[in-house]
Amino acid sequence: MEKFFLSEFPELSRETLRFIKKGFDASYRAFSREYGDTIEAVFDPVLYFLVWFEKLLQNSPWPIVLICFLAVIYFGSRKISVTIGSLFAFLLIGIFGMWEDTMSTVSIIGVCTLLSIGIGIPVGVLMAKSERAQRICTPILDIMQTMPSFVYLIPVVMLLGIGKIPGLLAVVIYAIPPIIRLTNLGIREVDSEVLEAADAFGANPRQKLFQIQLPLALPTIFAGINQTIMMALAMVVIASMIGVKGLGQPVLKAITNQYFAMGLFNGLAIVALAIIFDRVSQSFGHRIQQHRSGARE
Amino acid sequence: MSEIKIQIKNLYKIFGKSPKSALEQVKDGVNKDELLEKHNHVLGLKDINLDIKEKSIQVVMGLSGSGKSTLIRHINRLIEPTDGSVVVDGDDVLKMNDENLRNFRRTKTAMVFQRFALLPHKTVLENTMFGLHIQNIDEKEANTRARRWIDRVGLSGYEEKYPQHLSGGMQQRVGLARALTNDGEILLMDEAFSALDPLIRKDMQDILLELQDELHKTVVFITHDLDEALKIGDRIAILKDGIMDQEGIPADILLSPKTQYVKDFVEDVNRARVIKAKHIMSELNGQDRDNAMFVDQDDFIDRFIDKVISDKPNCLIVKNKNNDEIGYLSTKRLSEILKR
Repeated sequence: MEKFFLSEFPELSRETLRFIKKGFDASYRAFSREYGDTIEAVFDPVLYFLVWFEKLLQNSPWPIVLICFLAVIYFGSRKISVTIGSLFAFLLIGIFGMWEDTMSTVSIIGVCTLLSIGIGIPVGVLMAKSERAQRICTPILDIMQTMPSFVYLIPVVMLLGIGKIPGLLAVVIYAIPPIIRLTNLGIREVDSEVLEAADAFGANPRQKLFQIQLPLALPTIFAGINQTIMMALAMVVIASMIGVKGLGQPVLKAITNQYFAMGLFNGLAIVALAIIFDRVSQSFGHRIQQHRSGARE
Repeated sequence: MSEIKIQIKNLYKIFGKSPKSALEQVKDGVNKDELLEKHNHVLGLKDINLDIKEKSIQVVMGLSGSGKSTLIRHINRLIEPTDGSVVVDGDDVLKMNDENLRNFRRTKTAMVFQRFALLPHKTVLENTMFGLHIQNIDEKEANTRARRWIDRVGLSGYEEKYPQHLSGGMQQRVGLARALTNDGEILLMDEAFSALDPLIRKDMQDILLELQDELHKTVVFITHDLDEALKIGDRIAILKDGIMDQEGIPADILLSPKTQYVKDFVEDVNRARVIKAKHIMSELNGQDRDNAMFVDQDDFIDRFIDKVISDKPNCLIVKNKNNDEIGYLSTKRLSEILKR
């Protein structure tokens, strides 16, 4: 008995374990049957917007879409080299027959980034303002970042089925932590002397937030947005497993059928998108902290 | 005498976990070291009483850790006291609610900081307008007012620069312009010139005195530099370890230091530059006018000492602005004053 106790970890009986798991699954299934439709309805506006945006990118004549992209890239980065590089990347993507998938990916990344910013910045501000919020949010963010994404795909799919919205949720869950963390950090790093000066001049909390804390935290927040976009792109392939269209699906197909070239092309298209997003958001972030550098434009 | 603008009464500040219970100990006579050792609380200020007169420059002087920066932050309640009261124009600052306190800070006071505390993401002009923006004052008016003060502190042409592109002295001019644009009656200056080079510091002191001649604000000025205190202070309060050692006009502090600490402090000061004839004169009682010398009551000793040495008068007769004789000064007394 003694020997047995030490050599094998005392575990619950198989019966009990199965009972626990079954019970858990059953109650979650009941929950999703009960509330699945309601929750899905909540996301309807997001879905409409996503579908509209995707159709807009796919159905507009490609030269117009390309010109719009390049304009955004140029005004974001103010760099001619980045713009020309992007032009070539998009042309190659088009020539190799990946234009449509790329538009799907751009649309879902765009919507995910907007959602992450819309949710992430207020949560980050809340964390910076309240110690209790920080204590509650930090472990949740840890879980979101370390939990293997396949694991939280299961309840999402159980709840909402397969499609765009569950994919979107999975991407947002995976990609939102950096923007929350860096908003929190950026605001907490604001010089306390500057805040004291604001107090001395009678600034109220709202004025302090919008005139001092957020503007001064902006470069850090931007680093968070950059990270969020990168992580959203990295999630594209996994999201395609639950029915998100885009560059991820051909990659998935290539994996299952061992089509190396197909995987490589689509993989490179994702890389190209990542580099473009990264360069544009980085130089934009750099430009808004101009006051730190010596020269002004 | 002019009216009292700021009245600080029995002010205590104790830093630590339960300052209220530590307060009892302090009132029972526990001193700073003992309080820290036995109760793990830091005594910031102990029983401070200070009446600050309207339109005067009150200097609070002390070395680091003396509590001077803590004291000035009580006037606009950036720090909550443990006990006591701060009354400005008859209103107890400590009884104000958040809204009233913000209004008080917006309209009555303005503050200049040791390390400038400018907003790095805003230009000189925007920094100067900061106080007005907080008050939601119309942009056009804010702009005019800010530009006037930027010009007044000598920063015209730098309106669109960011603080990082300016030298320390220029940054503090922005700090001063920001405070003056706010147009509060009270100007709180927390070691405002301490971070500047000696020459720049002298410039800034001159600017302050020049502005004060025309603006007549109530200025509370914190410094650790005795020369600076003597130069700009109408009155000086000396703090040591959170306790006020002495308060009075510069000449009194020089001539009759109350504690050893103050004595050590003022030992090496050039008295001729600080003491005026009126500070050391005695009452007239039929002095001989033969070979007497006449001096103005507001003349510093170093204004007339050379003449005393060359002319060798019997005594000095002190006159006021209306040319009335109001006192006399013997050469013996003069040399005593200067010898010590």
